[in-house]
Amino acid sequence: AAGGGGRSGTAADWGGFEDNMQGGGSAVIDMENMDDTSGSSFEDMGEMHQRMKEEEEEEAEGDAGAAEEEDGEFLGMKGLRGQLGRQVADQMWQGGKRQASRAFSLYANIDILRPYFDVEPIQVRARLLESMIPVKMINFPQKIAGELYGPLMLVFTLVAILLHGMKTSDTIIREGTLMGTAIGTCFGYWLGVSSFIYFLAYLCNAQITMVQMLSLLGYGLFGHCITLFVTYNIHFHSLFYIFWLGVGGLSTLRMVAVLVSRTVGHTQRLILCGTLAALHMLFLLYLHFAYHKVVEGILDTLEGPNMPPFQRVARDIPVVSNGVLNTTAKAIALAL
Amino acid sequence: FPDLTDVSISEDIPVEGEITVPVGSHSPDEEFSTLDEPVRDTIMRDLKAVGKKFVHVMYPKKSSALLRDWDLWGPLVLCVSLALMLQGGSADSKDDGGPQFAEVFVIIWFGAVVITLNSKLLGGTISFFQSLCVLGYCVMPLTVAMLVCRLVLLAGSGTISFIIRLIVVLAMFGWSTLASTAFLADSQPPNRKALVVYPIFLFYFVISWMILTFTPQ
Repeated sequence: AAGGGGRSGTAADWGGFEDNMQGGGSAVIDMENMDDTSGSSFEDMGEMHQRMKEEEEEEAEGDAGAAEEEDGEFLGMKGLRGQLGRQVADQMWQGGKRQASRAFSLYANIDILRPYFDVEPIQVRARLLESMIPVKMINFPQKIAGELYGPLMLVFTLVAILLHGMKTSDTIIREGTLMGTAIGTCFGYWLGVSSFIYFLAYLCNAQITMVQMLSLLGYGLFGHCITLFVTYNIHFHSLFYIFWLGVGGLSTLRMVAVLVSRTVGHTQRLILCGTLAALHMLFLLYLHFAYHKVVEGILDTLEGPNMPPFQRVARDIPVVSNGVLNTTAKAIALAL
Repeated sequence: FPDLTDVSISEDIPVEGEITVPVGSHSPDEEFSTLDEPVRDTIMRDLKAVGKKFVHVMYPKKSSALLRDWDLWGPLVLCVSLALMLQGGSADSKDDGGPQFAEVFVIIWFGAVVITLNSKLLGGTISFFQSLCVLGYCVMPLTVAMLVCRLVLLAGSGTISFIIRLIVVLAMFGWSTLASTAFLADSQPPNRKALVVYPIFLFYFVISWMILTFTPQ
């Protein structure tokens, strides 16, 4: 600190205006240092900012004192006002920069999420397989891993499968709107239903945290991914219903069993698990039918010319095939 | 205190040096000062850096040039050209120009940010902007695929053209994924490489899907 003070003092004897710009120009040096972030994280940048701010403050205070005195002598009142103006602007810039980097290091601190991503590939694979196996012991609470990597990847995979399904169903669609709808649907389901079931669990005194609920529901989407991947490529309706009951049912049963093991009381168990089972199975049904071309035929026959709005936005089907679709859809509806 | 006298002597030396140099700026700044060079030199230097990175993507061998001097010019140019080429490819062309461009833009940048955050959370040593830089530059094979698809679609849009487009897009998708994996996977702990590669695979899959299902009006 002594060396720095001495340096700035002697430089102010000769530097004058240039030295003040050095004090304000150290912000430019900051930007250059920001380029060199190889291997550093946000927290390091925050610390670096703190260190540079402290150095700047020391230099700025030293420069301000020396420059004001000597420029008052040399240039009279006009020079002094100019100097003061520049100092004020300098201080304001540094104050704003200080606040911005403090906010940055606070909100961009992704280390809060780091423990939830601490997994190995083997663990992820094991949990994926486990999500299809309902547990039998419902008398004591089952362990749920509070991990967010697997659920997040499963939600993104579901979005990708939905997009792939639209391609294989050969409908001419507006890609932009559909992409947004797909992402919104999947994320909305994952986050929204998790929050809703967490709220119900709070009402029903179930022992589960929000991260665990997100994790549980996320892994429950694995059954959805498998079902949709298969049935978007093989277009048999009966196959879909078998998968819906089988694969969807298994993953729902697992989630229900885990929740039951963590809840006390018959009414509460019934409310919680009934809601979750209904929402989970209905979501799979909705995903299959909302993005499948045959449904438009069914809706045409059932509702006539009044199509629901989302159908109108999502799809265009060539007029020629519509008649064929209508007749097949009617036949299937009659068969069901 | 004999040590303090030594310290005071060393303080005198820089004072002598600065008195003889009346400019008053630090010496490192003089060496790297690029303020006085002609504008053409500045632009050519940046263009050469961008071009060198494109070449690195074409032949993805292990080199640290892409990582060390990151820049986002290349990804911006690629993203904008891809979004422009993907416009006008839907049934209802009444009001589709705007949202289509914005959707592609948002998806590419949002996807790249998510992958970067994911790789950092999994314990990666690469920094935020370096990862964005790599992911953006590795979109280049898919942009080339988009160009080829548009040219093929000019010729016709039957089954043969679809098969050609499918092969081209699949090849470029594989190239993109391999290129970005070659740069990004090394910054991860060795047993978690698969966890980082999977989202990159999904990301380029979605972009390839957008390219493949493009039908001009």
